[in-house]
Amino acid sequence: MKMMKLTYLLAFALAVTLADTGCKNHRPVKVTQIPERPSMVGEPGAGGTLPPGETVPSGGGQTASLDEFEGMIKDPTALAAYTVHFAFDSAAVKKSENANIQAVASKLSADSSAKLLIEGNCDERGTEEYNRSLGERRALALREALAKAGVDPMRIRTISYGKDKPVDPANNEAAWAKNRRGDFVLLHPKSGA
Amino acid sequence: MKNYYLPLIKAGLPVLLAAFTVNFACGQQELTISHDITGLGVKPIPVSLEGFSGEVADVLKFDLYVQGFSFVAPDAAQYQISGTAAGSVQGRVVDRFAKSTILSRSYTGAALRRQAHAFADDIVQVITRKNGIAQTKIAFKAQSSTGNGEIYVADFDGYNPQSITHDDTIVAAPAWVPGRLAIYYTSYKRGNPDIFYHSLSTGQRRVVAGYSGLNTSAAVSPDGSKVAMILSKSGSPNVWVCNADGMDLKRLTTSSEDSSPCWSPDGQWICFATKIADRRVLAKVPAGGGAMQRIPTPGAPNPTEPDWSPDGKWIAFTSQTGEFDICVVPTGGGDPTELVAGEDPSWSPNSRTLIFTRRTGSRYMLSVLDVFTKQVKDIARISGSDSQPAWAR
Repeated sequence: MKMMKLTYLLAFALAVTLADTGCKNHRPVKVTQIPERPSMVGEPGAGGTLPPGETVPSGGGQTASLDEFEGMIKDPTALAAYTVHFAFDSAAVKKSENANIQAVASKLSADSSAKLLIEGNCDERGTEEYNRSLGERRALALREALAKAGVDPMRIRTISYGKDKPVDPANNEAAWAKNRRGDFVLLHPKSGA
Repeated sequence: MKNYYLPLIKAGLPVLLAAFTVNFACGQQELTISHDITGLGVKPIPVSLEGFSGEVADVLKFDLYVQGFSFVAPDAAQYQISGTAAGSVQGRVVDRFAKSTILSRSYTGAALRRQAHAFADDIVQVITRKNGIAQTKIAFKAQSSTGNGEIYVADFDGYNPQSITHDDTIVAAPAWVPGRLAIYYTSYKRGNPDIFYHSLSTGQRRVVAGYSGLNTSAAVSPDGSKVAMILSKSGSPNVWVCNADGMDLKRLTTSSEDSSPCWSPDGQWICFATKIADRRVLAKVPAGGGAMQRIPTPGAPNPTEPDWSPDGKWIAFTSQTGEFDICVVPTGGGDPTELVAGEDPSWSPNSRTLIFTRRTGSRYMLSVLDVFTKQVKDIARISGSDSQPAWAR
């Protein structure tokens, strides 16, 4: 009796195995139709590349202070000798940079029609948006130092390039020290103004 | 005779199956049987993959690996995936424990690659009961050696990349409008870092924040109605919030070293990186304004680039000790977990996978990470340096 039971169980196991094998030959009954991609201008296959897009001024943005600098001519060489360098992860203007600050202040006081663009930059250590913020803090710290040296801060614009514009792309301390900097760009009134 | 033994067979069936299962479990103790994937340090689900070749096999392997599956021989697999890709993708999934076919489907239309992604999503759905990521999109920044770059949109695996901008200028920080074909990003096109809104269905764009100084790191609220961002118009980089069109601008923080805002999925909080008492920390502030609260990340110093998971459970961020690491911290409190080396994580819509950047020298490339198994794969590369990924969700 026990033996017979086992025999039947084995027969049943075989039947299960065969049934399972049979299943493998079934054709899929369900079909998924992949839909077209939602229309996106310039999708490959939907007609070329995306147009550059139109800049449509809206309710936000564009303060007058930025417009005042519109169209001014950049002179990146005039003050290139006075680039200020910073310590790692710091926006503090070192005392040793005071001569550069004074030099830039006197250039600006000698030319009342000129304005100034301060470009804040970082080394490649630090995450991208953290560095964009750090570069701006460096530029703003330089603006404050110049204000203390007698320059009207309304004549100064700041911009941060984060770590997108290194002067030396190498991966070493010497390069990083050069890249942690604030560059001064003299702005001349547009011709005819 | 037949009638006599029928009860015996019926009685023997559970015994037989139970014996088989026990025996199998003893021989394969590393197998994970549970469907319940809720924590870190989960073992991959072993599957076998048969009958596919070429691009379809590559897509299935990539999609499943970065969603917590491992590939083993059919007799060691928990799920046996098989099928063909002759002309179109046909596939089935057999649950070896339950001894049943749990998915059998064919796919038509579009390219084989997209059919394979659709099959991968169905596999993930039937096994984990969660939506897969195989048909999702990302946006990112692709930068050349000049420092200029363009904003790209691509499939999550980096395929089908498409340049959204053609300005040859510095770009940064793309952010999707949830559920819509529209992004915000930073562009220096006008000579200043300004935040643009860009509709991907019409190609139209406009400046949303173009104030003097820094305008960057746009983050769109879950309902799409508000944008958080970093502006320096008041003299230091701070978190501001405005309507989707740039109107109704409000300053939320007065700290001086803020960066990288993100939203809680309920739209109540904005989390960001800042400095408190001379230490870099993560903090959150009510989206409507109010007191700033610290989000502790003990043991994970210098946190930046937070991203709140869509299910609300985690905040992923970058920690810096010398090198950079991707970490996650439970939003409800608890210690952070360090996952892999990398920066700038962005959550998938199902809160299980992260896309992040990985440094090779001074360049970046994008990788995807299954948070629970820590399985990582690099995605297809576009330019010299691809970074700042944002997962569409």
